[in-house]
Amino acid sequence: MSLSDGDMATIWLTLRLATTVTVLLLIFATPLAWWLARTTSWFKGPLSAIVALPLVLPPTVLGFYLLLAMGPNGVIGHFTQALGLGTLPFTFWGLVVASMVYSMPFVVQPIQNAIEAIGNRPLEAAATLGAGPIDRFFTVVLPLAKPGFMTATILGFAHTVGEFGIVLMIGGSIPGETRVVSVQIYDHVEALEYAQAHSLSGIMIVFSFLVLLMLYTFQRKRKAVGMTYGR
Amino acid sequence: MKIKKWFGFILLSAFTLPTGAKSVHVAVASNFSKPMQSLVTEFEKASDYHIALSFGSSGKFYAQIKQGAPYELFFSADQAKPDALQKDGLVMANSRFTYAVGRLAVWSARPDFANKIETRLKKGSFNKLALANPKLAPYGAATLEVLRNLELIDATQSKWVRGENIAQTYQFVSSGNADLGFIALSQLLGRNKVKKMKEGSYWLVPDIMHQAIKQDVVLLLGAAQNQGAKEFLDFMHTDKARNIIAKYGYLASNSMNAEQDI
Repeated sequence: MSLSDGDMATIWLTLRLATTVTVLLLIFATPLAWWLARTTSWFKGPLSAIVALPLVLPPTVLGFYLLLAMGPNGVIGHFTQALGLGTLPFTFWGLVVASMVYSMPFVVQPIQNAIEAIGNRPLEAAATLGAGPIDRFFTVVLPLAKPGFMTATILGFAHTVGEFGIVLMIGGSIPGETRVVSVQIYDHVEALEYAQAHSLSGIMIVFSFLVLLMLYTFQRKRKAVGMTYGR
Repeated sequence: MKIKKWFGFILLSAFTLPTGAKSVHVAVASNFSKPMQSLVTEFEKASDYHIALSFGSSGKFYAQIKQGAPYELFFSADQAKPDALQKDGLVMANSRFTYAVGRLAVWSARPDFANKIETRLKKGSFNKLALANPKLAPYGAATLEVLRNLELIDATQSKWVRGENIAQTYQFVSSGNADLGFIALSQLLGRNKVKKMKEGSYWLVPDIMHQAIKQDVVLLLGAAQNQGAKEFLDFMHTDKARNIIAKYGYLASNSMNAEQDI
């Protein structure tokens, strides 16, 4: 296998993107999943539907609307410009925001399932023992829902690595900034550079297989709550 | 009951859609989709054959045709893919010709923005410059040539954003994310929203500034017996067809052979 410097740069960028997105998603998705798991509000249905939308929408549709929304005349664009950040398309952070939307259900849903599976009892028990809400979260929920968090982390990371349509729409293929592996492979194929495309695709296949193998081995070992996602 | 009826109707219509008996399967580069639809409408008026169109990128079509995709004709966005297919021995001899020549334009969604374009590019008074990826799209390669001729590569390179194709490049500009973009003239003429065009501004790049963006068509090997495909190719040479092609912002070819100059 021969990888050019350009190919290597796309690999690093992809890993950087996926790591950033996963960390940020875990921070944002956890309270959301917590709320969805515990609430009895009428708003649970609509919000769950919004979170799950990226599962259904073609990435190009999502990407197109994000391009419009994040552009200078869009809602998000107005907001970021007001903050003095400029507009998001064609930037690394633009990809981060878009990937967070795209990978959201893959992180929220496993965590939500895991929290739902814990039920009220352990939390009530902890409360009677005098644990406050924050204490309960860190000493009861987090350990019990750990498998759910593991699944969320792996799926969120892997799904961001495999993202293509949205990046294509809002990225602009800038080396070192928005040109990720999937776009590079597409470029190679379109340019009829099949040998280079094979090398990178081969790496992607091996990577994806290892990630999924890790996920399912982990699930077999621990038939625990929240671990059946993706089956 | 009502639902059942509808379901039955949908099933029925799914099975009675035009069958392949007299149809010609044509793969068309997406930049040519609008003129092609007009061409087909015109052709089908006078012919018994039905033209089934598939739009996509030429690179993808090349890969699919190599793997035996059932197309009879391939209208590429460039000459490279028909060239490669010819070398692969998948093309009928002497079938290839240039059906259209693309024109490049610099476009901005903002009024008057594309006036005095050279000065603006030189000064860098714009946020982003959108262009089609030169590696993939012939319009991108031509853009590079123009920028090189104007000695503007170094001055503008840090502001480039690349669309994977000319349609995406257009999107970057129309959504306002890039102030300027090198796009196909056909995209400006083929648009429905004439109003928006008046709001924007464009500069037609003189065609002496870059090599002609020739788009070639080939008759594929599997189409040897397909009379409809040949009829459609003949139709492409008629004045009627040429007028349609010109109307959409392309120069129509008037020579039979791609090797000849236009």
